[in-house]
Parts: sequence; structure tokens; C-alpha cells
Amino acid sequence: MLKDITLGQYFPGDTVVHRLDPRTKLILTVVYIAALFLVNTWGGYALVIAALAAVTAVAHIKPRAMLRGLKPLVFIIVFTGLLNLFFTRGDDVLFQWRFIHITYTGLNRAVSMVLRVMLLVSGTFLLTYTTSPLAITDGLERLLSPLNKLHVPVYELSLMMCIALRFIPTLIEETDRIMSAQKARGADLETGTLPERAKALLPLLIPLFISAFRRADELALAMECRCYNGGQGRTRMKELRMAGRDAVAFILGGLLVAGILVLRRLGI
Amino acid sequence: MSLIEIRGLTHVYSRGTPFEKTAIDNINLTIEAGGAVALIGHTGSGKSTLISHLNALLKPDSGTVLLDGEDIFASKAAMRAARFRVGVVFQYPEYQLFEETVAADIAYGPKNLKLPQEEIGRRVREAAAFVGFPEDRFDRSPLELSGGQKRRVAIAGVLAMEPELLVLDEPTAGLDPAGREDLLEKLFAWKNASGGTILLVTHDMSIANRCDRLIVMEEGRIALDGTPEAVFAHSDKLLSIGLDLPAAARIAGLLREQGVAVPQGVYAIEQLAAAILALRGKGGAPC
Amino acid sequence: MDPIIRVKNLTYVYPDADRPALDGVDLDVMPGSFVAVLGSNGSGKSTLAKHLNAILLPREGKVLVDGMDTIDEGNLLPIRRKVGMVFQNPDNQIVANVVEDDVAFAPENLGVDPKEIRRRVDEALKQVDMYDFRLHAPHLLSGGQKQRVAIAGVLAMGPEVLVLDEPTAMLDPRGRREVVSAAERLCREKGITVLLITHHMDEAVRADRVLVMDRGRIVMDGAPAEIFARADELRALQLTVPDTTALIEKLNAAGMAVPAGALTPEACAAAIKEALG
Repeated sequence: MLKDITLGQYFPGDTVVHRLDPRTKLILTVVYIAALFLVNTWGGYALVIAALAAVTAVAHIKPRAMLRGLKPLVFIIVFTGLLNLFFTRGDDVLFQWRFIHITYTGLNRAVSMVLRVMLLVSGTFLLTYTTSPLAITDGLERLLSPLNKLHVPVYELSLMMCIALRFIPTLIEETDRIMSAQKARGADLETGTLPERAKALLPLLIPLFISAFRRADELALAMECRCYNGGQGRTRMKELRMAGRDAVAFILGGLLVAGILVLRRLGI
Repeated sequence: MSLIEIRGLTHVYSRGTPFEKTAIDNINLTIEAGGAVALIGHTGSGKSTLISHLNALLKPDSGTVLLDGEDIFASKAAMRAARFRVGVVFQYPEYQLFEETVAADIAYGPKNLKLPQEEIGRRVREAAAFVGFPEDRFDRSPLELSGGQKRRVAIAGVLAMEPELLVLDEPTAGLDPAGREDLLEKLFAWKNASGGTILLVTHDMSIANRCDRLIVMEEGRIALDGTPEAVFAHSDKLLSIGLDLPAAARIAGLLREQGVAVPQGVYAIEQLAAAILALRGKGGAPC
Repeated sequence: MDPIIRVKNLTYVYPDADRPALDGVDLDVMPGSFVAVLGSNGSGKSTLAKHLNAILLPREGKVLVDGMDTIDEGNLLPIRRKVGMVFQNPDNQIVANVVEDDVAFAPENLGVDPKEIRRRVDEALKQVDMYDFRLHAPHLLSGGQKQRVAIAGVLAMGPEVLVLDEPTAMLDPRGRREVVSAAERLCREKGITVLLITHHMDEAVRADRVLVMDRGRIVMDGAPAEIFARADELRALQLTVPDTTALIEKLNAAGMAVPAGALTPEACAAAIKEALG
């Protein structure tokens, strides 16, 4: 059943990493991703891995959880690796057999690409593991608030995201329910040709859509009853405040980038 | 032979995660053909998980369900066959309607059975008649109907499969008193006319009252099982589970506490009235 | 004392409807009272409720909340703040995925100061006994708990009236007890006026006053004991009577003399004992 899927990657906790302002984490994640593309030495990768491991440890995230997060991406990672391994031309041939030839450059590139993808994904996972979706939305809203001046409805967009997050479990439950109900009437969602199966989905999709609209309608009414009037003049119960730890985080982030640049220069 | 025999049925959700939960735990139960059984219990007591095994929507972690002595999980074909012999109407079934017309929606189940066209037509008409939906409105969109009408159409969609066991999860939830009464009457009329068996999942004791057997579930196990008289005699147990007693049983209990000799096992208003009238003149002799 | 809600000759017709949903309704509700509204589906209960906080506006007639006319657009926010409304499906009224953030939604909309919001949220959650769940995700709560969160969500506006539109229809007995007790407590202890729309007679029994609606009109209005004594009229309106009333009716038909006003099981048992002598 769909319910069995463990939802949301957020692992609640009370570590320094968890308590950082979501804006800090968002900015540092972007910086981290950019910095990752500057890395071109093994020393650089070692530094990034060390930094990531340190943050993971401080956040009390189990290494196993990080690896589990990578699981769905195994195919992409392996594919990237193999592509680079087999299709990089060069003179420094390591191994050759019929049409297959692997070069030293290719091996080098394959390993670094795989590392890069894994580090990129793990880094963003670290953000979602330690920051609730709501905090991420909140942080984004505030980071993007200057766009308000350009008439981008930042508040409304973030509210939409909040509501979407809130209703994901509800709609999954609903899907489960409707699926059970139609299966009880003999619906066969598993066998048949592709067009047949697509058609068999209608009894699931139509009620799901109708229900989503009905829910949206009722929610809008409930929000109206609670004086919802758009983003203007709204206050927030939880105000985001940068603290000393955020400054420290920025300094450490800066040091990481500096370290990467130095290693790049030195070619280590 | 029993219609349904449940043997050692256990189901665990999210096994191996921190959210692991044993929803039903070693359930043993038989249901005879032709009865009306109420399955009572709190939200989360395992009722819904149990009924989802009866038509093989869920597979047990251990144990099995026999339908007429045959294991319904024996093969894919057996699971599918069980789905047509055991009709399940889930809570708020009106939300499963999707066809353009009422007739087409009721015909969905029979069509999945790959029945000939005339047979489908006959079943649709019969099922609609059972729930009291008029034939001259067959071409309406089910979405235009009132809530109560939608529910009838949805139930007719399951009746049209002509199940031997009809399972209904809270069929009257959200209906007004008249609608509640009317729907129950129709369901029992279906049972009597078709010779089918009914399993009602409910926490409404006034519905449970009408069945000839009550099964009370608590935390994935069967807590009480017997005739209404036998089950309502355990009023303390029912209250400790957090279930309601029928008003008559509660009043009877209060009267007994005050020394009025109302017999145990009284649960219907008529019974209680008769018991009290029998005591009249005896000055409410102490127990 | 002036009524907190005053409805005068209210008529409302939905677009494309062939008969009015509300047809000349007159109603005064006194502050601090607990009013139950009964009626079969389509009798106009929800339509009336939606007029009380200006979700719907009268086609004819007037609705005054604490003297403010709902038709006047300037009164919109003050009226919505004064009259909190809770609906049937608890899932569809919770906005945020943390309980306390959801309760904060209304005061945030009203531009209340953050510290004051915090205070109101905590207080509202305590009033419905959900404070311990403030950091929970709503979808993991039971129906009764979700519905109490929804009540807290409107309490955070500081309302004087609570309109509950079939809040227990989707709940199990435990959830129903939780929600009705919470509403009753708010009325008795905090003096909040409660309008409870319900199909459950045992809930209506606890009110000070029962209104019965039929085809857009209020056809019965009085104390519960008085209304439920008119069992035949209620049945004619497709409604049932509480089991206690049904029992006393049967006893009295057989020649006993049990007073009809005993509506709770306790009162009923006592009255029967008394009558048995």
C-alpha cells in the first residue's frame, strides 16, 4: 500500500544544524553546489567529503540514511560513471579488448563525475533531512521577498507550497482508499497492454480529481472563515532570526570555498 | 461449512520501519452464510484492515482466509475470484463514482466480471431497485445527485456484483436520521431477498442492535463475540474500550445500580420497556 | 441583554434552485447560550450557518452580528473574527502541517503581534486540550483531535460565537464526545455562544435551546425537554427522538406516568425509578 512509503525526508532533531536559520541553510546549500563545480582535484574532493561527513555527524544523521537517500539514484550514478568510463577518448589506454577501451583520463573523469553527483545529492539531502519542509518554504519566502516589489506574489506562492505539503499525505490516503474501492469492484490495474492500463486508471483519477477540487473548495471556505485576505498586513508567529550560529556557519562555508580554491590552485 | 473462515490472520504495516504497527494480530473467526454480523471497534482497532483481507485487497503476513473452504490467497485467480464473491463497500463510497451516468457506474463491477450485456443490464436494474434508485434517472451524471443518492448508487455498484458476502464500512456515516433508517432497511431487505450475508462495520450501536451477532475488536484482536445480549452484558468492557453502549443498555445499567431488577443483556428500547412494565406494581423489587 | 445574533426575515435562494434554501427565517441568539440546530439534509441548516459570518449574504432580510449588518462590507473582518466557524470534514480546514502553525493562521491573517499570537495559540490549544500535540503533524491525529485543532484555529481569533456545522458527522463515538464536550466547556466556562448543527439527538440534548429546521424555516424552537416531548411532530419532519424519549413514550403509552423531560440516561433512569415507586 502507498501508506507504507515513508514520507518526507525530514528527520526531526535539535542539533545545531537543525536550529540554523533555514535561510542560512538554503544559501549555504546553493554555495556548496556552486563550489562543488569548482572542485577539480582529489584533495578538493577529500575536503568536501570531510566537510559533509562533519556536518552529517553534527546533525546526528546516520551515514546509512544518507546512503539510503542515494539508492533511487543508483541507476543515474552508475550510468554517468559508465558513460564517462567508456566514451572518454585519450592516449593513455589502460585496458583494451575488441571495441572496448578504457583510458586513464576516462577512469579519472568517471570517478570524479560519480563523486560529484553523489556529493551534490547528499548535500541537498542534508538540507531536507535537517530542515522541515515548512521551514524551507518559510526561508524561501523570506529570501525571495524582495521580488514582492516586482509584483511576484511570493507569500501566496509559499502558502500554496505549504498547503501542497500539508495535503500530500491526505491525498495519498485518498488514493489508497479509492484504489481499494475500485479494486473491490474488480478493477484490474496491474495487467493488460499499456493503453488498457492507462484506461484502467480513469476510475482512480477521476474520483481523485473530483475529491481534490472538493477539498480545495472547502479549504478555501475555511480559510475565508479564518480571515484570510492575501499576504498583505500579515504577521507571523514564528519570526526568523539569524543567530551567532548562523554567522559561524557562514564563516565555515566561506572557509570551505576558500579551501577548494586553494587546492585547485595548488593542483592537489 | 462456514462461508468465511479466518485462520490466524495477522497483518503488520510498515514492517521494519519505526512506524511498524501490528494492525491485526492472530485473528480466528468464522462467518456463517445468511447472517447479519456487526463488527464494532474504535478507529484504529483493526476493523478496516480485517475487512480488506476478506476480498484479498490486502495480503496477510501470516494466516489466511478461507471462502467456502478454499484459500483465497492460493493464487492470483483465487484472489480475483474472492473480489467478486465478497463485495466491500468502503466508507463514504460516493467518492468512488466516476462514470458519466448512474447506470454506467453501477455497471462497472459487472463489466469487470465480463458478463454478457443483457446480464449486466439486469443486474444494474436489480441493484438500483434494491437501493431505491429510480430507473428514470439512470442517465443522470452521478455527480449531480444529492449526497444520499450518490451513496445509494455507490452501494448499488457493489450489489450489482451479486456478492455472497456484503461488507459495508460505516454505510450510514454522515446521513441524516431518516436517510440512515431508510438505507439500513434497504440493506436488510437485500439480505433477505438475495439470501446473502451482511457484515456491517460500525461504531453506531443502534445499527449493531439489528444484527444477530456482534464482534468487538480492540487493538487488532477480538475482544468480544456473541449475540447482542451476550455482548451488551459486558457493558464495563465496552465502556473501557471507549465504545458507546446503546441507550437502553445504559439506562438498564443505571436502573440496576439503583436497585431496579432489570435483567442483564437488555439492549433495545422495546426490551427495556417490556422489562420495566413487567416490574410495575412490584415496586421495583431489588436485585 | 441584546442578542449577539439577530436574523430578521432572512431569505436566500441558491442560483438555479427552484425553491429558497432559507425562507423568512427569524432568530435571536443570546450571548453565552448553547443552541442546537436540527433538521434533515436540505432543511437549510448550513445555509443559515453560512449567513452568520457573512460567507453568504442575505437575498432578503437582515443578519446582524453584535449589531453589525453582514451586508456592509466594512464589517466583514470584524464579523468573521467574532463568529468562528468549524465544518464537517476536519481534513479540509487545516492549512499547515504543524498543529500550532495551523492555529496561528487566523491571527497571522489579522496582523496580530507575534508575541500575542504565541499567547493566543497556546491558550486556544489548552482550551481544547490539544496543547500537548502542538508540534504534531495534523494528518497523524485522530478525527476528534483534528476537529479540536480546527476549533482552536478559530478560537485564536478570540470569537464570541462558535458555529459548528455538523462537526461530529465524520467522527467515531470517542471523537464525538471529545468535540461536543470541548464545545460545551467553551460555552459554560468561557461564555462563548455555541451553535451546534447536528444529526445526533444525544448531542442536542445537552443544549439550552433546540431549533428544528424544515424547508428553509425554523419550525420548532424551545428547550430540549419541550422539543423532544413533541415526538410525533419530530418524526413527521423525518427526525428521530433521543432513545430516552422513545422509552418514556412507550412506558407512558402502557399507562405509566414518567415525566417526558428526562433526556439524559441518568435523568431517565431516575425518573423511571421514581415512577415505579
